[in-house]
Amino acid sequence: MSPKTLYDKIWDAHVAHEAEDGTCLLYIDRHLVHEVTSPQAFEGLRMANRPVRAPDKTIAVPDHNVPTTPGREDPKNMTEDSAIQVAALDKNAKDFGIHYYPVSDVRQGIVHIVGPEQGWTLPGMTVVCGDSHTATHGAFGALAHGIGTSEVEHVLATQTLIQKKSKNMKVEITGKLRPGVTAKDITLSVIGKTGTAGGTGYVIEYCGEAIRDLSMEGRMTVCNMAIEGGARAGLIAPDEKTFEYVKGRPHAPKGAQFEAALEWWKTLYSDDDAHWDEVVTIKGEDIAPVVTWGTSPEDVLPITANVPSADDFEGGKVGAAQRSLDYMGLTPGTPLSDIEIDTVFIGSCTNGRIEDLRAAAEILKGKKIKDGLRAMVVPGSGLVRLQAEEEGLADIFKDAGFEWRLAGCSMCLAMNPDQLAEGERCVSTSNRNFEGRQGYKGRTHLVSPGMAAAAAITGKLTDVREMM
Amino acid sequence: MEKFETLTGIAAPMPLVNIDTDMIIPKQFLKTIKRSGLGANLFDEMRFDRQGNEIADFVLNQDAYRSAEILVAGDNFGCGSSREHAPWAIKDFGIRCVISTSFADIFYNNCFKNGILPIALPQEAVDVLMKDAEKGANARMTVDLENQTVTTSDGETFNFEVDAFKKHCLLEGLDDIGLTMEKVSSIDTFEAQAAQARPWV
Repeated sequence: MSPKTLYDKIWDAHVAHEAEDGTCLLYIDRHLVHEVTSPQAFEGLRMANRPVRAPDKTIAVPDHNVPTTPGREDPKNMTEDSAIQVAALDKNAKDFGIHYYPVSDVRQGIVHIVGPEQGWTLPGMTVVCGDSHTATHGAFGALAHGIGTSEVEHVLATQTLIQKKSKNMKVEITGKLRPGVTAKDITLSVIGKTGTAGGTGYVIEYCGEAIRDLSMEGRMTVCNMAIEGGARAGLIAPDEKTFEYVKGRPHAPKGAQFEAALEWWKTLYSDDDAHWDEVVTIKGEDIAPVVTWGTSPEDVLPITANVPSADDFEGGKVGAAQRSLDYMGLTPGTPLSDIEIDTVFIGSCTNGRIEDLRAAAEILKGKKIKDGLRAMVVPGSGLVRLQAEEEGLADIFKDAGFEWRLAGCSMCLAMNPDQLAEGERCVSTSNRNFEGRQGYKGRTHLVSPGMAAAAAITGKLTDVREMM
Repeated sequence: MEKFETLTGIAAPMPLVNIDTDMIIPKQFLKTIKRSGLGANLFDEMRFDRQGNEIADFVLNQDAYRSAEILVAGDNFGCGSSREHAPWAIKDFGIRCVISTSFADIFYNNCFKNGILPIALPQEAVDVLMKDAEKGANARMTVDLENQTVTTSDGETFNFEVDAFKKHCLLEGLDDIGLTMEKVSSIDTFEAQAAQARPWV
């Protein structure tokens, strides 16, 4: 047999039909659904009188547009449009018989945190969701990507997607990371190097010692932002850490079935002489704690750098950089660590897991946030929240002056009331710094959880290494 | 789905690179549970001020481009979220074709599900088309999907690539789900085999 990449292996195991021109029907093992991109898809099913083909493989949870404040079980405490979308998901889940975690359930949370937490996400699976950050699940060696609402309807109706195969890209992070450098710094640094279109047409496999050394939480952070690099999906080959994480989760296989699964999972790696269409290599020791300065996730610099000038760029990026500088209200040459902030947001499917909260709490322990600053922690799921309370992290955040919220997407996309005001500058552990992303004319700097905590203390963009 | 065969119309120039889906349709408009009516808010935060007044220098607010049916844009158009509200808004506004050097993957696929043709061309070709679009309402571009060409108002023609299956579906206005349902026996067979091979799924 010819050597294969991990992506090749998962792909080949899921082709239900292949046409002569290479257009495939790819079978989908897990379909995650949330309230914002699914109503029109369910409406389409109803109009065509079609059932959900595989309700047992379909899991729904409201996350994008739910409030993160107490009392949200009562729709009266939601904005009208949130209540309508959540009610629609309630009804669709019930009518079509799919698995469902309502806002009142402690297991509710961001769909990409709930999936792995509940053991729905397993190595070698195909996983889709009407959300671009589905790439997160690639951390388990699952082929996972975001789809639009028409494709949500297609998967609901047929449990397949019409797909052509992407190309293979290897992103290798060699050696060890330096102290204070995290999975978030890796993933942002890769995008800084390859650009937001660098991954277009590819599925990325992340590998190398620095990736192997990451926890499952860290690997999810890396794969989560494969989409910001333009890739269809990000993957990491499963290993003992993966199997250990999965074992015992509510929907993971048990007993003999786990052993059978394990046997297959252990074959899920790229063969030594597999073909790569593109290879990117970064030395782990060259990665610094980074921060974004602009309005594209590729606008990445080490925290020790200065704000760039539009002249530092070429082609269409010159105009885009100038527009970013104007939007962000920054002057070229200013040290990044001099930039004063108004708000800190810790959460999202990128950095809303327990390890992220631990990293932030470690920096905040016994300290207070800067006077006048607004700071909030939004745990990625009800279970992450509970665990953080049990570990005493919640008290550290609250004592420092952070708001301690209920689980949801919150200020990452700011559909719910958690938004920036005009001109407000936010340090955020989320994934996008687009214009208006966190609120109209709001300004976003993307960082790791430790960097967010450090900034909360000083009120400026801060090198976390100074606080360690 | 509405067919796409040929289109002759006004092209609006948007040379900005990395136009993301948050720019195309900001999140406050994702609260709808319908597909229709989003054109009014296409590029909302670039097009209107906080009071809802038009921002005069935004391209689609200029008289020459109010009825644009083609968009010529900078690199990496449609990056960001998977929201199909972006192509819904574009289509609802009346734009049926977007031309750029590259598109983000999910946005690109979403276009074909909605009767919109995204065309990727080399930088030099996009530069020529951008200049043509900048001439305003009297310059009408022609897009011919069957022959895979874009022609400027001066008659300069560029050939573009498009996946044969996607082209077929767009030319015929075919519904993906209907097409897949014709292959349901393949899905049944695969599902049964997969249940044997990987019973834990």
